[in-house]
Amino acid sequence: MPLTIDEVDKISKLARLGFTPDEKQKLQHELSQILNYVEQVKNITSNSEVNLDEDPDSINLMRDDVAETMEEPEKFLSQAPAREGNYVKVKSVLE
Amino acid sequence: MELHELTVREASEKLASKEISATELTKALLKRTKELEPKVHAFLAVTEERALNDAKVADEAFTAGGSGLPLTGIPFAAKDNILIEGIQATAASKILVNYKAPYSATSMKRLMVQNPVLIGKTNLDEFAMGSSTENSAFGPSRNPHDLERVPGGSSGGSAAAVAAGDVLFAFGTDTGGSVRQPASFCGVVGFKPTYGRISRYGLIALGSSLDQLGIFAKTVEDVAVIATAVSGADENDTTSLPKPVPDYASLLKEDLKGMKIGIPKEYFIDGTDKEVEASVKSAIKKMEELGATVEEMSLPHASYSLAAYYIIMPVEVSANLSRYDGIRYGLSVTGKNLEEVYFNSRSQGFGPEAKRRIMIGTHASSAGYADAYYKKAKLAQKLIKEDFVKAFSKFDLLITPTAPTPAFKVGEKSNDPLSMYLADIFTVALNIAGVPGISVPCGVSSNGLPIGVQLIAPHFKEENLFIGGHALQKSLNLKLKPNI
Repeated sequence: MPLTIDEVDKISKLARLGFTPDEKQKLQHELSQILNYVEQVKNITSNSEVNLDEDPDSINLMRDDVAETMEEPEKFLSQAPAREGNYVKVKSVLE
Repeated sequence: MELHELTVREASEKLASKEISATELTKALLKRTKELEPKVHAFLAVTEERALNDAKVADEAFTAGGSGLPLTGIPFAAKDNILIEGIQATAASKILVNYKAPYSATSMKRLMVQNPVLIGKTNLDEFAMGSSTENSAFGPSRNPHDLERVPGGSSGGSAAAVAAGDVLFAFGTDTGGSVRQPASFCGVVGFKPTYGRISRYGLIALGSSLDQLGIFAKTVEDVAVIATAVSGADENDTTSLPKPVPDYASLLKEDLKGMKIGIPKEYFIDGTDKEVEASVKSAIKKMEELGATVEEMSLPHASYSLAAYYIIMPVEVSANLSRYDGIRYGLSVTGKNLEEVYFNSRSQGFGPEAKRRIMIGTHASSAGYADAYYKKAKLAQKLIKEDFVKAFSKFDLLITPTAPTPAFKVGEKSNDPLSMYLADIFTVALNIAGVPGISVPCGVSSNGLPIGVQLIAPHFKEENLFIGGHALQKSLNLKLKPNI
């Protein structure tokens, strides 16, 4: 089923991406084409069930949650676009 | 023979016997890289100073300790989505243009123990999204065998660098074929391990349940040596598994007696280039002559692989790329409030393909659509994986073409996302099922383009790939020398 422009709008808001009207129109076409292709998974007929919360074939290997001291925090902090001392500075979350 | 034509093993022997020094080898390859880069554009950064220093350290190791380790003093490159402390890691995206890795990937740490020589960071499709490197924010790489053509992707820069002789080996990442397909296009060997074999810690994530580090070199034997060096469990990657790592190179042999090979009929379909098909079939015949038994078989759900992939991967992309928000690192574009900072940074930082995949993934995982898309794709994944497990109760290896065609022309598919996606049709199922694979050069098309054959092995049986691939490569004895 092809996407409508309203749907493209809604998805772009969820994805935190902005598009011009021309870009939206192009995306509407491209995304519809891709979705039309991937929709063939709907044709699968199987009595098999998937459990999305658990994969019986895989195990996660957990380690103890132990705090470590970072030797050189500057390596990380120096990449922040804005900072104050050892803090990353952001615009206020609540207005 | 010129230094850039050496395999890793040949170079290692010359270094150990002091016939050449690491500095001499490094200088020769840096010179070649500088000469070829204007044509090939395999690199996003050539780390000359670091390379010369690495070479000095390696030479000191030879002087102090004799013969060194198999990768001591060997020049290599890493795709620019792999973290090496203090070196740029842009993922070929404008959103990470000034990013420097604050730590090293576990695989790179394991490698560095051997004192190899880092020549540079290679080009890729932005965030490893693509099959040609044309999605790089910094311009495409070119295929050393034909500069009008793409090297494949997404690890096209690494494949081109090995094919051109800029480095003797290179690393890529493979989420749907991003190591095997460019290896096929560039006439080199490209290996993707089992999911969980090599730590993903320090790789810039694309699809976390599918991503693996991959290796490029001229020979299967070289790849086997490098795989042993970087494999193994890592407490920083909860999905890496604690299975013993064999000394793969010691298992190689010249014949394939007793090996059972399956040929999945779903991979020999209309639409595959005739020369590719003929070349792959003659490779299969060669393996039979080497003592393997060959039988046609079926992977009944294989045809759903690409569709399942283009749901599962974008869903993971949309989650993984949400971290690029202009707050902690990377491009930050100001706005009047926090939300505008997010929108502006992401809209200006990501290229068109990254945006498309974020959009698809956001849609396919959103309320009301997740059941129809994501859950169905995960069901397809389960069935595809079961097909492979069943096949491997009978076979040691499966053989298919790596890609449906040889390298295509720059620009040929860049305006048609879906047709670009189809370039991965033979490689994605392995990532969906988590099984390992390798692309080995098996022929040359009438217009001089390399063709690759894909070998597929059971989970954690990488040695089958190396044994099969090595015997095949030895017996084919192809000479693939790009004319640049």
